[in-house]
Amino acid sequence: MGILIDSAIMTGSMLIFFIGGWMWFVKKIFRDYEVHNTLVQLFFPMIFMLSCAMFELIIFEIAAVLESGSRYLYWQVVLYSMLIMLILVIPFYLCHFAVSNIRMVSREWVNLLSVLTWGVFMVCFWKIGDPFPILSTQHGILSIEQSISRIGVIGVTVMAALSGFGAVNYPYTSMNIFMRPVTKHDIQAQERRLLQTIDVIVNKKKRIALAEKERITSKVGDESGSRSRIWGLLRSVTASSPQGESLSTLKQEVAALEELSRQLFLESVELQNQRERLEWASTFQGRFFNFMGYFFSLYCSWKIFISLVNIVFDRVGRKDPVTKGMEIAVHWLGFDIDVQFWSQHISFFLVGCIILTSIRGFILTLTRFFYAVSSSKSSNIIVLVLAQLMGMYFVSMVMLMRMNMPLEYRTIITQVLGDLQFHFYHRWFDVIFLVSALTTMGILYLAHKQVNTSDKTESFYEPKW
Amino acid sequence: MANHANAMNKVKILVVGDSGVGKSSLVHLICHGQCLSNSSWTIGCSVEVRVHEYREGTPSQRPYFVELWDVGGSNSHKNARHVFYNPVHGIILVHDLTNRKSQQNLRRWLSEILLREGGGTKSRIPLVDDFDAEQFGGFSQVYGMKKLPVFVVGTKQEQVAEFRTSGRVRSSSIADECAADEITVNTLDQRSLAPGSSNAVRLSRFFDKVIERQQTTTSRTDGGFSYLERENPMFRRNKATSSFVVTG
Repeated sequence: MGILIDSAIMTGSMLIFFIGGWMWFVKKIFRDYEVHNTLVQLFFPMIFMLSCAMFELIIFEIAAVLESGSRYLYWQVVLYSMLIMLILVIPFYLCHFAVSNIRMVSREWVNLLSVLTWGVFMVCFWKIGDPFPILSTQHGILSIEQSISRIGVIGVTVMAALSGFGAVNYPYTSMNIFMRPVTKHDIQAQERRLLQTIDVIVNKKKRIALAEKERITSKVGDESGSRSRIWGLLRSVTASSPQGESLSTLKQEVAALEELSRQLFLESVELQNQRERLEWASTFQGRFFNFMGYFFSLYCSWKIFISLVNIVFDRVGRKDPVTKGMEIAVHWLGFDIDVQFWSQHISFFLVGCIILTSIRGFILTLTRFFYAVSSSKSSNIIVLVLAQLMGMYFVSMVMLMRMNMPLEYRTIITQVLGDLQFHFYHRWFDVIFLVSALTTMGILYLAHKQVNTSDKTESFYEPKW
Repeated sequence: MANHANAMNKVKILVVGDSGVGKSSLVHLICHGQCLSNSSWTIGCSVEVRVHEYREGTPSQRPYFVELWDVGGSNSHKNARHVFYNPVHGIILVHDLTNRKSQQNLRRWLSEILLREGGGTKSRIPLVDDFDAEQFGGFSQVYGMKKLPVFVVGTKQEQVAEFRTSGRVRSSSIADECAADEITVNTLDQRSLAPGSSNAVRLSRFFDKVIERQQTTTSRTDGGFSYLERENPMFRRNKATSSFVVTG
């Protein structure tokens, strides 16, 4: 009876997650495209459902909902289906779509080529695991530890890169000291330059169009005329050569001017973005984020410092923050609290927060990335790539979450995921986080400097025609 | 020749639509009669010019310059696009026949153009997502604008057979609502707009309609000044003659 109720709860919640993921996909991500392939539409919500199910099981573990036997069973179910999707199904469809997008390939070869590409992918996937000291050598080739370890490497890389980027980018975008002042006058001046350039382009194109038209009509006139052919030839040569030369120079000038107009337009877009940011900064939300930005930059600097320390001193076996907090509270501050009771609730709260904010942040980042990158041809492929990334990201998040939970709750993850070298993953996370944060800082600094210098030189620029 | 170019009249037509529907290929086909071999995403606005014979075949035949302003459709450039929208004498809406969403988004494009054209540099106007034919007429009244001639083009006609089970392509609802003419083309085939074909005839008729509308409105108050000139404090409106006077 117990297992029936548990099954009902699990399938019910998984259905809710599936529907939620599907709605997000249709309403937000695939907003501008029509879905021709229903499978693509299904894969994305399915991965989302499996990921949320994993998190739900972790929460149930802490809160001790459901029987432990059925929890373990569901872990196995969810994990195996996730692995099958991530390693077998989605890569195959990715190869299939990628191959059919290439125009030169005919129909019959598509299937064969996609199977071949998929084989190549599997080999590469296996080879990823070799350079890393991920797991002990007792396990066989087809055990889930092999696959999970490799998925974990990719997922942790993505996670650390995103965290590093976010940690640096968030203070930069929300704090007011980094925003440049942009006046209405600046924007109007820029737009005036753009329109003047386009006016010049249009005038030149009109002259080109008229010249081409005259050339065509004079050619027709020559053919139908009764003049001797040599006379007509002489006329056309002498008449068209100055025309021909000025035509080609006109076309070159137009090409150069069009490039200029593109640059001016992009600068105008940048100015408008700055103006919108300034407007947002004066709202309540903007001011709140600016305030939080100071705290967050402190937190980010601390995180970067700690990663450096971890790598340099090779710190192993960190205690999770809950137990550490408890220790500080009990030993140093002398609070008399029921450690067992409070540690369960606090870790439940902490883990829940981490999960929710990670999911939300990931959803927002994914949506924005898709808008920026997608086009009508590649939308299918990008959706599949994003589904793959999402699956890997969430699997590695489960792996890394282990460190945030007290000892008694870690066992289920260790049991399910197998005996992996978890320390390696944390070290790898620190390294990639550091690299990503420093790279982002460098890029933002360069971009900021370049924009500032271009501001100063703009006032010297005036169109010369 | 330069004098000749300046003496000829001109009209400005905006070509808008979602990113990747084939606006640049279409404009190239209309103006040069050849297919565009290397298409890349349009950044900003690319203008092509076609010499159109107004009222061809009649004694009052006159050549006109038709400027086709092909505005890039990517979403990240939305906030700076409005500078191209003023003044405009006609609109060509382009959608992709293989992607129904691009057709639904045409309403958003139309409202974006109409609202920005009337509003100048104001950016706080909320963009309307769906509107009906009444509102289309209503916009004209509220913003005091002429009803712009609209033309709808569906591209990628050759790929439709793969995706649709029913043979016939439904005509888009926006064409019905705006009383606009509609054609479907294959931008990779020169014969789609070959002179004499029904598509080319409809296009010519649309150009004639735009020119007629422009002729009737240049005698009106705004005199066709661009929004930049209107925003400039150097221009002052002379109430007696309802024309702009340069001061200072």
